[in-house]
Amino acid sequence: MNMFREALLVAGKDLRIEARSRVALQQIVPFGGIVLIVFAFALDPDRGLLPRVAPGLFWTAVLLASLLSITRSFSIEEANGARDGLRLSGLDGGAIFLGKAAAVALQLLLLEVVLGFGVVVLYDVSVRGVVLIACTTVVATVALAATGTVYGVLAAGLRARETLVPLLVLPAVTPVVLGGTRAFEAALAGAPSDGWPWVQLLAAFAVLAVVAGVLAFGPLLEEDS
Amino acid sequence: MSTRVGVGTKILGAAAFVSLGALAVFALVVAPPDERQGDAQRLMYVHVPAAWLAYLAFFVTAVASVLWLVPRTRSTTWDLLAGASAEIGVVFTGLTLVLGSLWGRPTWGTWWEWDARVTTTAVLFFLYLGYLALRRTGATAQERGTRCAIAALIAFVDVPIVHFSVTWWETLHQEATVFNRDLDVQFEGFWMPFTLIFAVFAFTLLYAFLVMVRLRLAELDEGREERQLEEAIAERVAVTV
Amino acid sequence: MGRFPVLAGADLDVEAGDVVLLSGPNGAGKTSLLRLCAGLLPLRSGAAEVLGCDLARDRRSLRRRLSFVGHETFCYDDLTVAENLRFAARAVGRGVAEADFAIARVGLGSQANVVHSRLSQGQRRRLAFAIALARDPELLLLDEPHAGLDADGRAVVDEVVRVAAADGRTILIASHELDRVRQLATREVEIVGGQVRLPVAPDPEPVEVSP
Repeated sequence: MNMFREALLVAGKDLRIEARSRVALQQIVPFGGIVLIVFAFALDPDRGLLPRVAPGLFWTAVLLASLLSITRSFSIEEANGARDGLRLSGLDGGAIFLGKAAAVALQLLLLEVVLGFGVVVLYDVSVRGVVLIACTTVVATVALAATGTVYGVLAAGLRARETLVPLLVLPAVTPVVLGGTRAFEAALAGAPSDGWPWVQLLAAFAVLAVVAGVLAFGPLLEEDS
Repeated sequence: MSTRVGVGTKILGAAAFVSLGALAVFALVVAPPDERQGDAQRLMYVHVPAAWLAYLAFFVTAVASVLWLVPRTRSTTWDLLAGASAEIGVVFTGLTLVLGSLWGRPTWGTWWEWDARVTTTAVLFFLYLGYLALRRTGATAQERGTRCAIAALIAFVDVPIVHFSVTWWETLHQEATVFNRDLDVQFEGFWMPFTLIFAVFAFTLLYAFLVMVRLRLAELDEGREERQLEEAIAERVAVTV
Repeated sequence: MGRFPVLAGADLDVEAGDVVLLSGPNGAGKTSLLRLCAGLLPLRSGAAEVLGCDLARDRRSLRRRLSFVGHETFCYDDLTVAENLRFAARAVGRGVAEADFAIARVGLGSQANVVHSRLSQGQRRRLAFAIALARDPELLLLDEPHAGLDADGRAVVDEVVRVAAADGRTILIASHELDRVRQLATREVEIVGGQVRLPVAPDPEPVEVSP
């Protein structure tokens, strides 16, 4: 069985678990929503600040929610020795990485659609440059999901993993937040040509993250905790 | 097992101590104060070496991590070296940020600037902290080596990306903001550049000495872990005899 | 087929088709031995070969060829019996049909659509066996397979082991149910304090097993 089909199998498994347990839908998406609302409490909504910083707030909310997604992706492997099961399964480490990262990415995309609506409604943002926004979102999401999945398996099984994963992921993905925000700003300002170079940066980051994950996931999975 | 450091390390330590003493003289007495910044500029004689070491230490950690990951060169020493260098590195990174801030206040009027160098150094600081937190998750090199090594390498590749992305952002910012502060210090004449280069040299000696001492400590620690493990195994075997 | 040197330097050779009972007190190392053979534990010193694969270098390629049934089921709580089984089967390239057949063989047919978290202890053990068999392994590693099961459950385990042995699979069983497993086993080996020895009655000295 080739790597692509193995990845599909793993992604399918993760998504089926999500479909049944509904953790992303019932907990992580609402979490993103409440983060958006907290921002309104933290920043004065009356001074016209929110629409200006909306791109940054969007990506910050996505980033924080992605930490939950990553943690969740690996906590399902904790029970019943499922992690040993993955090792014994005979699946290729890189394929497991692609599958899990893809499942996280899909859940994040769903979250981003909802938060996008949230930002438009809550922060009074008028949407322009939809193509740029869509491309940015896809590429940045792949970058986030891939990087997060690497750190997720790295910290899997460790006792302090819930606090380790955020500490590890956040500094590493600062360029993604930067790129995503700048691209969104360009799109909303009606100057998409300023935004596309940022999409290229995000794409390069995503490629690096995916390559790193395919190479490192197998050895990291073998690590005894 | 001796708890002392080797002769080479002691010589390094002496050399570092002497150099730093000489540096103090050069930096505080011999070198002239800057025309515009006055005596505050003397902070540069520590800030610049500290920044250099922050990145050098990280580089050493990355190289040691590679040596651990490659099966043929894998050895406990590399894992311990990576950790030792990271501990020294995080201190110098923090020092860089603090001194930069102290220098920046009288010079720029603010405690902080979001330019590429400062921002990247701040992110580096947190990458270090994450790495050090990871190191505590395993008592022996065998347990923590691979995941720490991979984390170090990811961070190592990430730092230039962070720097690049912020630099890019800066250049886009130029038109919009008042970003033409002179962030660089001019080192003129003879004594100022000389003192600066000497400072980098002296601090590098200090780094090397500190890493060797820390490495020795780590080896003793690791040895203790291994001995405890062996004792536990021996006990177990003894039960059956 | 396999050679297993343990701490005291005694070897363990297992021929293809053997059904070996590993007996010994708790904490002696039976589980560790099985996990080592499964490639789940790394080999720190010495040499070991399982199914022709060197354990020090090549742990991954042998994993598709063996199955491990232990205390954990390696399953996902939110997935049903059928879904867990199909995932495990497809991971080694077997089809859905083989998975469904295994479900029937262990008597879980009526629970096929029950999620793992709702299964009883006995049903979980049967699921673990179904997964183990669906992979069509050359080597079966069983860690206390009768533990926690009622009489029916134990009978199912015995039947599974008998059929697997008849199929020519090699089986290592770590167990406290000495009488029961002795009827299924072709050999017995005792593990005490991490060392392998034959239970030669009063003599406590470790014995070398020569091929």
